[in-house]
Amino acid sequence: MKLPQKKSLLLVWGMLAAAALLPVLSSNDYYLGLGINLSQYVLMATAWAVFSGPTRYVSLASVAFYGIGAYAVAVVGDALPLPVVFLIAVAAGSLLALLVGLATLRLSGTYFVIFTFGLAELVRQLFTWYEVNITKTVGRYIFLEVTPRQIYWELLALLALLFALSWWIQRSRLGLALRVIGEDEMVARHIGIDVTRSKLVLFVVSSAFITLTGAIMAPRWTYIDPAISFNAVISFQVVIMALLGGAGSLFGPVAGAIPLSLLFEFLSARFPNHFSILLGAAFMVIVYFVPNGVAAALSAWWRRRGKAAA
Amino acid sequence: MNSSAPMLRVRGLSRSFGGLRAVDRLDLEVGRGEIVGLLGPNGSGKTTAMNLISGALVPDAGVVEFDGEPVQGLPAFKLARKGMARSFQLVRVPCELSCLENVISGLAFGPRGIWGEAARTRARGHLARVGLADKADVPAGELTYIDQKRLELARALALQPKLLLLDEWLAGLNPTELQEGIALVREIRDSGLSILMVEHVMDAIRALCTRCVVMSAGWVIAQGQTAEVLAHPDVLAAYLGGAAHA
Repeated sequence: MKLPQKKSLLLVWGMLAAAALLPVLSSNDYYLGLGINLSQYVLMATAWAVFSGPTRYVSLASVAFYGIGAYAVAVVGDALPLPVVFLIAVAAGSLLALLVGLATLRLSGTYFVIFTFGLAELVRQLFTWYEVNITKTVGRYIFLEVTPRQIYWELLALLALLFALSWWIQRSRLGLALRVIGEDEMVARHIGIDVTRSKLVLFVVSSAFITLTGAIMAPRWTYIDPAISFNAVISFQVVIMALLGGAGSLFGPVAGAIPLSLLFEFLSARFPNHFSILLGAAFMVIVYFVPNGVAAALSAWWRRRGKAAA
Repeated sequence: MNSSAPMLRVRGLSRSFGGLRAVDRLDLEVGRGEIVGLLGPNGSGKTTAMNLISGALVPDAGVVEFDGEPVQGLPAFKLARKGMARSFQLVRVPCELSCLENVISGLAFGPRGIWGEAARTRARGHLARVGLADKADVPAGELTYIDQKRLELARALALQPKLLLLDEWLAGLNPTELQEGIALVREIRDSGLSILMVEHVMDAIRALCTRCVVMSAGWVIAQGQTAEVLAHPDVLAAYLGGAAHA
């Protein structure tokens, strides 16, 4: 079990390096666009699993954070240098995650799902209300001197940072706390683990990465309005990807996000009117046939093969 | 803290679930270095009392003083960090963690927060103490039921507790294991811990407990020296199914 982990770590760093070379090797804009799309979903699915994997809380609020990141860029992007804008985005996303986490992480799993879904809608409605009544506009234009290549590399750099951070968390005291919490919260409480605080830290970290993904992606949209930036479908896609890959392992969501991003890209291009139906069908098939994700199914298969050989 | 106060003093502890008074004005004390037995038929409120004392449940009323300090209503993790460890009636060990990791989890979040190589060394010591030295890298889920109980105890000891709450820790052991278990609990007491144990095994109660508290239907129906309590007519009636009136 130790070796596959090390191997998959090397594999992922190799893939990241190869992915980073893509814009250098090819000047085809379609592939670069595809690369950006894949990277943003890999990022969000992995960030989602950082919190939802060990705690088994399903969050449908991803798009609330993604949208806040995008809006931070739309609002202050012109006035301030990009790194400062990103910091503001992360601060806003983390603050919202902290407030939401404090209010909800004592709830049981089912209530949490519904709450997060409601939260995303609430944030969208608040932005709509503000834009219509206060700024008297519907959407905002984002004209920033950011090339697609730059966006792509920023996403990959953020992904590398996320992998490094998750890897470090897994080996830290917090990582052990999360494994105990995931298996038995009652035990966790009685050995001195502050369960709520551990979940809160993770929720904030996960949300900060999703917010930053939205901020990095913002210049690519050029025009945003609340319906685009806070589209609930994004939250559902992130959940399906992470579940398909397996939210329990660090690289599981990667294995889910890549094929599904390609599938969704194909479906939305070919069947734009039936996209939601096909998305729902994909969701059911995945939950029914690979409930623990591809990564878990593969490692179970690996173990069986190992036992059969021995 | 206050070395003249008992390790645990409970006064008027009560908790209802709907209309049912699961624990009704419970009083008990555990002195320093003492083993006290909490007895009673099934459904008499013993496990609820353990949950109230250890912070898993919040009492409706009453006082819990731990080492001279009022702690009722504090969350379980804070009590664990103050030095109150427990085992569970139905053994609870995270099955996917190895035995060593299980014990490390007891060290890492306890009062001293031991981590890294120091934690691994100490964890091996705790495993050896309960007789699991050779199972360090085995996932807890692959242990036998008895070994999981030992592991749970090792994890509790890793907290370096002042008070240990054992909920039927000696239930389900065969005669040889029971003797080993009794010797282990006695050795733990001799190392300076105070112990409150819910138990049904009479041999263990007689061998270990200096005093006993007997509950029935949420009430304390008798308490005192073990031999006297076990001979008390209300206790016999409660256990044998007669009508008991205090």
